[in-house]
Amino acid sequence: MYQLIQGALERRIMATATVGDPPKRKFKINKKYLPYLLSLPALLTCIGILIPFFTAVAYSLQRYRLSQPWARKYNWGENYLNFMTDPSFWNTLKVSMTYAFVTVGVELLLGLGIALLLQKRTRFNNFVSIMLLMPLMTAPALASLMWKLMTNPGFGVLSYFAELIGIQDMRWASDPSTAMLTVVIVDVWVYTPFIMILLLAGLRSLPRQPFEAAELDGVPRLFVFWKITLPMLTPFLLTATLFRVIESIQQFDIIYAMTQGGPGDTLTVFQVEAYLNFFQSTNVGRSAALLMILWAITYFLSNIFIKNWLRLREKAHGDA
Amino acid sequence: MYEKEKRLAKSYINGKVSRRSMLRGMASMGVTAATAGVLVNAAATQALAQNGFDWKKHAGTTVKLLLNQHPYADAMIANIENFKELTGMDVVYDIFPEDVYFDKVTAALSSGSSEYDAFMTGAYMTWTYGPAGWIDDLNEYIGDASKTNPDYNWEDMLEGVRDSCAWNGQPGGALGSDDAKQWCIPWGYEQNNLTYNSRMFKEAGLSIPTNLDELVGTASEAKSKLDGVYGIGVRGSRSWATIHPGFLSAYANFGQKDLNVSDDGKLSAAMNTDVSRSMHEKWVKMIQESGAPDWSTHTWYQAGTDLGAGKSAMIFDADILGYFMNGGDNAEAGNLSFAPFAANPDADAPTPNIWIWSLAMANASKKKDAAWYFMQWASGPEHGLFGATEMDFVNPVRKSVWADAGFRSRLDKSYSGYVDMHDLSAPGAKIHFTAQPLFFDLTTEWAATLQKMVASEVPVDEGLDQLAQSVDRQLKEAGLG
Repeated sequence: MYQLIQGALERRIMATATVGDPPKRKFKINKKYLPYLLSLPALLTCIGILIPFFTAVAYSLQRYRLSQPWARKYNWGENYLNFMTDPSFWNTLKVSMTYAFVTVGVELLLGLGIALLLQKRTRFNNFVSIMLLMPLMTAPALASLMWKLMTNPGFGVLSYFAELIGIQDMRWASDPSTAMLTVVIVDVWVYTPFIMILLLAGLRSLPRQPFEAAELDGVPRLFVFWKITLPMLTPFLLTATLFRVIESIQQFDIIYAMTQGGPGDTLTVFQVEAYLNFFQSTNVGRSAALLMILWAITYFLSNIFIKNWLRLREKAHGDA
Repeated sequence: MYEKEKRLAKSYINGKVSRRSMLRGMASMGVTAATAGVLVNAAATQALAQNGFDWKKHAGTTVKLLLNQHPYADAMIANIENFKELTGMDVVYDIFPEDVYFDKVTAALSSGSSEYDAFMTGAYMTWTYGPAGWIDDLNEYIGDASKTNPDYNWEDMLEGVRDSCAWNGQPGGALGSDDAKQWCIPWGYEQNNLTYNSRMFKEAGLSIPTNLDELVGTASEAKSKLDGVYGIGVRGSRSWATIHPGFLSAYANFGQKDLNVSDDGKLSAAMNTDVSRSMHEKWVKMIQESGAPDWSTHTWYQAGTDLGAGKSAMIFDADILGYFMNGGDNAEAGNLSFAPFAANPDADAPTPNIWIWSLAMANASKKKDAAWYFMQWASGPEHGLFGATEMDFVNPVRKSVWADAGFRSRLDKSYSGYVDMHDLSAPGAKIHFTAQPLFFDLTTEWAATLQKMVASEVPVDEGLDQLAQSVDRQLKEAGLG
């Protein structure tokens, strides 16, 4: 027994002693494979993105309703062709584009205006710019519920103010004529700070010399804005627009939380329509086809913005 | 401890003493009514354990449930220890609020996950889940004496409710037909009738409407006579849930159908008839004149809370919504009364369309027999009676519970007109929709059309024709029309 224990202890000591020894063989990577190895994580990420994407493409080419599994088959472009004759699809397209362009347009104007006002680095401006970021920190779904209460025709504070200024019986999101306006207001409230902060950073990073030279020459402020500030700020404006267009064309939470796409078909944007098609109607094929079209629109718009951004950058480099 | 009390409860279960004597006896021993209820139920569970059925067959097994946040789930949880004691099984559950509940169910079932063994559902949802193969036909369990205890008494379930949970899977197939599969077990259900604020009605000198014309008139009168109150609460959001309560109950009362089923089983739209047009016109007028100003965003929640807060004079919606608004901290608690409602003046009785909270079994479950033990207990007469008398498990789906004197007197005492309303409406209460896989598509579109009509974006005639055209196109596309 004693010998056994002693033997085990010796083996343990031997094993411990070898821990610090240098390895006999060095693991070498053939330089030829190194680039492939280094790009492997990117490749894996790409696969992780592409698998769901191509699954959605495959679904969009199928007649696929969860409630009719026996009827599932490839119908190739039929889902897309059906859209051509489906008035609700054209309405979705129109509503989505209107929503995206109106919200982004208003947010750009407001964001730029606020950024210009806060451009100077003062304690007050810094404080205000932080305060203005608050809505951006609110989850859009929560913001919608908050606005839903404020716009309640019975007891909402905004309905009260509307009455004070003579607008009687304002029904906000409940009326087709004001539903779009209401959700646009909420979107603008949530996302204007995003544009504001991006443009503020842009404004504060612009070189001072052209502005100082203009000031010395006594150039009018409006001229400075149109001819110096705006052109120099354009890459930032394009970046902000790109981000916001992509996001607002895919809007879901604000609209769904406030109106579920109604009244009628007033606010049936792509994401709401696709969501209802999948979760309520279990029409996977139609839902996927809608999302593929949304992807194509987003891709097309992103391309335009990125190409313009690159062109501007090249121009700026050329000018330099 | 509690031995005397337990004995008294047992005597009550065995029919040796009346409920009144039992409660009086309990009170003399310092036991509250709520505790007495628990003891009675424990005694009932013990009695159940002695019916010769092997309740311990799945002892040690854990079943997992997916539940919606609802008083029915609360009643079950309050009583679950008795089930655990009876069977030696364990029960775990996830609870989600209704807003996200059905998305969670769809995701869980469509993924083929075996995580959940049983779950709460509505009967309409089984028209998707059943044909998709996500849930089991429960007939094979109900009819199997080795799996179902002899006191389960399936025939005790209200017929219209029971049949509404059974469908043969054929688009347009009649609910409860001989070849129907029992996709879910009714647990609790809602009839759609009138709940009105009796204080307001008295104040404004209004009488209870008995048909749709009177309803339109009374709602309008209430709005004009009562300051800051709108006449009638009905749902209006862009959802299938806007169509199924009051609206379809009134629609069915005029003998109208959502779809026609031809002899060869093809479906077509049936909502653009003359009678339907007339009913739609009245309904739209009622909302325009006396509905909530933000009607198009109203779900059951807004309809209910406005009634409870005294913002509306009445609702034509789920009776249990009125039930819950008549209690708790609601401003109008105690002021609400209930009345049966037949929209058609020529109809003999109301024909409420119903919503049924039911229990279904996940096909992917690996513990189906154990899950069925839970389901038969949760939908059994003992738990039904416990829930109805001690908790807020209304409306029960069992005739025996509705016959219970204690339950009826409890309702009569605090919920004026509720029992009579139920008794009068129950014979005509069932799902009046045509069972088919496009149910949610078509009813959501119907709700959107109704919104357009109320907003005067489209005249009723034109709106119904457009709706019918769209419904026919969708049915054709899906191979059903």
